[in-house]
Amino acid sequence: MTLGVGVGPVGLSPATVWHVIAGQVTGHPDRTVAGIIVWQIRLPRVLLAALVGAALTTAGAVVQVLVRNALADPYLLGVSSGASVGATAVLLLGTFASLGVWAISAGSIVGAMVAMAAVFTVSRSGRGLAPTQLILCGVVLSALFESVTSFLIFRGNPQATQSVLFWLLGSFGLASWDQLPIPAAALAAAMIYLLAQARALNALAMGAGPAASLGVDVRRLRRNLFLVTSLMAGVAVAVSGVIGFVGLVVPHIVRLMVGSDHRRVLPTGVLFGASFMVLGDLLARTIVAPQEMPIGVITAFIGAPTLIVLIRRRPYLYGATQ
Amino acid sequence: MSLRIDRLSVDIAGRRIVTDISLAAGDRQFTALLGPNGSGKSTILKTVYRVHKPAAGRVLLDGADLLALPARDAARRVAVVAQETVSEFDFTVREMVMIGRTPHKRAFDGDTEADHAAAEQAIERSGCAHLAQRSFNTLSGGEKQLVLIARALAQGADHLILDEPTNHLDIRHQVQILELIAGLGVTILAALHDLSLAALFCQQAYLLSEGRVILGGAPASVLTPQAILRAYGADVLVIDHPDTGTPHLIPRRTRPGSQAPRHRPDIHGRRPDIPDIPDTSIPASPKEP
Repeated sequence: MTLGVGVGPVGLSPATVWHVIAGQVTGHPDRTVAGIIVWQIRLPRVLLAALVGAALTTAGAVVQVLVRNALADPYLLGVSSGASVGATAVLLLGTFASLGVWAISAGSIVGAMVAMAAVFTVSRSGRGLAPTQLILCGVVLSALFESVTSFLIFRGNPQATQSVLFWLLGSFGLASWDQLPIPAAALAAAMIYLLAQARALNALAMGAGPAASLGVDVRRLRRNLFLVTSLMAGVAVAVSGVIGFVGLVVPHIVRLMVGSDHRRVLPTGVLFGASFMVLGDLLARTIVAPQEMPIGVITAFIGAPTLIVLIRRRPYLYGATQ
Repeated sequence: MSLRIDRLSVDIAGRRIVTDISLAAGDRQFTALLGPNGSGKSTILKTVYRVHKPAAGRVLLDGADLLALPARDAARRVAVVAQETVSEFDFTVREMVMIGRTPHKRAFDGDTEADHAAAEQAIERSGCAHLAQRSFNTLSGGEKQLVLIARALAQGADHLILDEPTNHLDIRHQVQILELIAGLGVTILAALHDLSLAALFCQQAYLLSEGRVILGGAPASVLTPQAILRAYGADVLVIDHPDTGTPHLIPRRTRPGSQAPRHRPDIHGRRPDIPDIPDTSIPASPKEP
């Protein structure tokens, strides 16, 4: 975190960073250039990256249990791009205008829910969800949603290439303090619910039948997990655009580290997802400095090969239907 | 400790799969559900453990409506061992067994000494202590079944439902699994595929066909050539098991002329003692007991 705040076009030492933060907290704001860079630009950006990383990781871990497929992730299932349609629709068409600052998040969450419902409906075969179909439908719908997002943006402003990049590939470039409360509150609420349900998540990972036999109300749990995934993906997209693969890569690494028990996976995932995203954002803004790379480019560079390795190593995941 | 199913009907996707079924699994008895694929065995069991909702009828646990109980309370009385082969997520055997404690825990409860003791005891009783550190996904089919039984034992229920627990297992593991569950001292309702094997272990059997019970009772009275022909459309011989006297089924070939002449001396010159083939030419009436 300190590293994330310190490194940038203007290099700042960890000591300076902590000095500024301490100054703000104790009521003696630092008015130097360094102080403004840290407090107004870098710190909110790093915190936002951390929140989004944690939210996307949580969404990924949850949706993987929901569909019993370790390859599921809000990006691959088209949930993130659905959220971006919702967010851009709000921005450009003024839907939900009455909700004020909450509008983009609300639009984004609704978009995520619609996308998720669409993917589930389309990929539902005779009995249950076939993993292959689910991912394929997700990828196809995600392409469709991305087109809709781009269309909406260009319709609003034909010169808006920058804006399209933001929504399709993600960025923390617009981070500010007032963007933090919504994702922070959503993440906290989701984590409280999920930790309370962690045993039920373990049971559901065994399958719907075994979970029912272990006393889990499967219907209600699934519905709530559906909502949690949409909420997490929605708030993340609303503030940072579509950032792919984080929900796939981080839960996978975390499961390798701590096993599959969700009482450990979820909290570890939050920490790991946050760190992953802060470092990713650090790369995004230093690799081609003074230009900035969209964060989605970085995560795809890490995520796509990971997905391929996963598919190669466990072929039964793709062929198998249960 | 008894489980009774009372005039149960179940519809799936608008089709009636199970029609007006009544059966009872007696106290600490091993009751087998038999019948061809698609005869409704799994559907009945899944209705008992709440995957399907009944269209009509009740499931009674010691006379009380099981499906009206909260899911957690029901899971503390009735545990299930079903077919679970691939878990997407890599749990260790000990974690799998601990998941059996789920119905005993509330939100945010940690694992207590009692939970660990229950899991250890379950692992010990089901004979999978040597597997405890292994990853569930790396186990063989038979080992997985042992672990799932351990999970059910950790659940602490006094009723055990099993859905074809010996499927895809070799004969040693089939016998091992059935010996294990028959010796648990709990009330057992198990759907089984292998009729002879079922007869070897169960005290009660119900034969299903097309979603109805066509016969119920002691295995010897249920597994007759006539009943098998009616339920499965298969022509079999039924002999007594030399050790136990339980019915043992011998399949017969269906192509005319494929049967060896009877009483032909075998390669050692002995004449095998083949019992007479019972008359199986009863009229095939598929409906109603």
